[in-house]
Amino acid sequence: MHFAFTDQQLGFRDAVRQLLAKECTTADLRTAYEDPSARPARWHSLAGLGVVGLTAPEAAGGLGLGLVDLVLLLEEAGRVALPEPLTDTTALAVPLLVELGAGTTPAAGRVGAWIEAVARGGLAAAVGTDRAPGDAVAGADGADLVVLASVAADGTPEVHVLDAGAVAVEPVPSLDPTRRLGRPVWSPTSDTLLGSGPEAATALSRTADRAAVAVGAELLGLAEALLGRAAAYAKERQQFGRPIGSFQAVKHLLAGAQVRLEFARPCVYGAAWALDVGTPDSSRAASVAKAYASEAGLEAARVALQVHGAIGYTWECDVHLFLKRTWALAEAWGSAADHRARLLDSLLAGPRRPQGSATA
Amino acid sequence: MDQPLDLRFTDAEEAFRAEARRWLASHAPPPRALPSLDTAEGFEAHRSWEREMAADRWSVVSWPEEYGGRGVGLLEWLVFEEEYWRAEAPLRVSQNGIFLLAPTLFEFGTAEQRARFLPPMATGDEIWCQGWSEPDAGSDLAGIRSRARRSDAEGGWVLTGQKTWASRGAFAEWCFGLFRTDPDAERHRGLTYFLVDLASPGVTVRPIPQLDGETGFAELFFEEVVVPDAQVLGEVDRGWNVAMATAGSERGLSLRSPARYTEAAGRLVDLYQHGLARDPERTRRSADAVAQAWMDAEAYRLHTLWTATRVLEGGSVGAEASANKIHWSETDLAIHRAALAVLGPEAEVHGGGVDAPWLDGFLFALAGPIYAGTNEVQRNVVAERLLGLPRG
Repeated sequence: MHFAFTDQQLGFRDAVRQLLAKECTTADLRTAYEDPSARPARWHSLAGLGVVGLTAPEAAGGLGLGLVDLVLLLEEAGRVALPEPLTDTTALAVPLLVELGAGTTPAAGRVGAWIEAVARGGLAAAVGTDRAPGDAVAGADGADLVVLASVAADGTPEVHVLDAGAVAVEPVPSLDPTRRLGRPVWSPTSDTLLGSGPEAATALSRTADRAAVAVGAELLGLAEALLGRAAAYAKERQQFGRPIGSFQAVKHLLAGAQVRLEFARPCVYGAAWALDVGTPDSSRAASVAKAYASEAGLEAARVALQVHGAIGYTWECDVHLFLKRTWALAEAWGSAADHRARLLDSLLAGPRRPQGSATA
Repeated sequence: MDQPLDLRFTDAEEAFRAEARRWLASHAPPPRALPSLDTAEGFEAHRSWEREMAADRWSVVSWPEEYGGRGVGLLEWLVFEEEYWRAEAPLRVSQNGIFLLAPTLFEFGTAEQRARFLPPMATGDEIWCQGWSEPDAGSDLAGIRSRARRSDAEGGWVLTGQKTWASRGAFAEWCFGLFRTDPDAERHRGLTYFLVDLASPGVTVRPIPQLDGETGFAELFFEEVVVPDAQVLGEVDRGWNVAMATAGSERGLSLRSPARYTEAAGRLVDLYQHGLARDPERTRRSADAVAQAWMDAEAYRLHTLWTATRVLEGGSVGAEASANKIHWSETDLAIHRAALAVLGPEAEVHGGGVDAPWLDGFLFALAGPIYAGTNEVQRNVVAERLLGLPRG
């Protein structure tokens, strides 16, 4: 039992934090709001550090690492509301492509090149395997690669990969324009098919679990950014002749959100480990992580806005940049309530005592 | 440290678990077999259980062997607690001593004090209560007025005043608490931490019936009670820091191990499943609350492992203990509130020989946000010390 990150993992986190503090400021976010289609240099900087290709095999130019290594970096992405699709590309698409890439479909034959393009060139992917046909997919507008799921006429689950050139994507407006929602206009063909049947079903279910944890990690960073901004504002803003942060009513709002965040954190980290190792209860851990992180994010968002008062409700104040991402991610890949329902189903079907800590 | 993150216990830790499980299976009384520890009869029954555990060195596993422990680490203690709660073994009547005073004795006590007080604490022969709150000083602990004056003639200290809400105080042998030794000093200074034999002349104990009707706590009156110098814990006039260490144990890692909640949460799911069989429509309305309560317990377990690793690597727990206390007290309430909702109209049935563990647990859980420093005070600590907000 050793529930802590290594110095190397923390060092990598610090390097990414430094990079993003410079290259993903709120001014940069506002630029992205104005023109979401511009692909800024920071995505290539992240690729250069090895972040984008972190989960790609070393042979393909990646680092061959897992979610435990990635969650801290996703937290940093959340902290600055990074517009680029690090979760979709690195946490979801690459592991899914690797998992199904050994197959014999035409798309499987292209997996090696795609993964190499991620690791070496920062290819950006969108993953909408939880979306129904016709639904908007986050990041699809502008993605180099879109990964989708469908169900064949006989009920067989399928995973398809669409090259940007081979698919039309209708942009769908989002409250947070950097989400770059898009509706792929496509039909499954034998050429887009990556995998099908039980293998695809397993890969899809693992993707959903990884998404719950990865998005949960982003939400941790967003919540921390929101609470940090709100606490800083509460120290500085004076009313009744004193900083508003000296009032208990304000303190208790922030403290409640802080406690929720502190307890969401180990849920996300623990679930990342459970998925990497493949513990029997890893799906359950993923649901706990996403439910807790969604609640922590939503509470931080609510409190941060309230503490800022009217200024927080303006376009000028930066808070809304983090609120909008939080609201979107809290619902993405299952809301807190969805994951509580999924967890309860799993508890009713299996053991009710903690399994994660027992020797595998 | 570059040990990779891994949530599995080692083979050695699992071997320890197996040994604890075997011992508990052959020794622990059946769940809820003992009378309530808040009655005279139940108190003695629970003391006997402490003696039985101590005889095989299971009462205080993490203490050094010389004091009756096994000298194992924090993780083994957590493993032991998992097994203890899984076995639904009796509540620990000695908890104030073993979980709160003992860590303080290890940090501030002299070798003589440890040798004198720890072994009878481990065996349950001396059971401790706390002497913090006073009628006019609860959340505002630094406002206490009970005094101690030095007397060369008596060769020690003379205590006068009143303490209240002393859990286990009705039947305990000893009390640890704060008394004002320098009335002219600033509030947080001039306080001293004393260990007081409740059999001393001048001590009067008045039991207070709790809202469940049992005498779980007591008022303690001190009239010119003589306490020798050897029973001052830490430095004279520096008792605040010593008391904060004890309070840190109460809010932090030591008093409430996660197994208490993960076990209760597991039983809550069992209860929900029974409810589904009886009245699915009504029971399903509690689905979200049941899942949330289970997750709260799981989050507490993971958070504890996270904190334990930090402590084992030399880190300390400061104001985080306040966040911890808010979480475990609210988790306990969430679990029991959900259980009562699942039970529905059956929830109120109580007394007359009816075993109502969920209702009793709910009543106990209601005290959680109040004792060990109210959650409102803990939120102030979180806001001021973790978020850096100004003091009000």
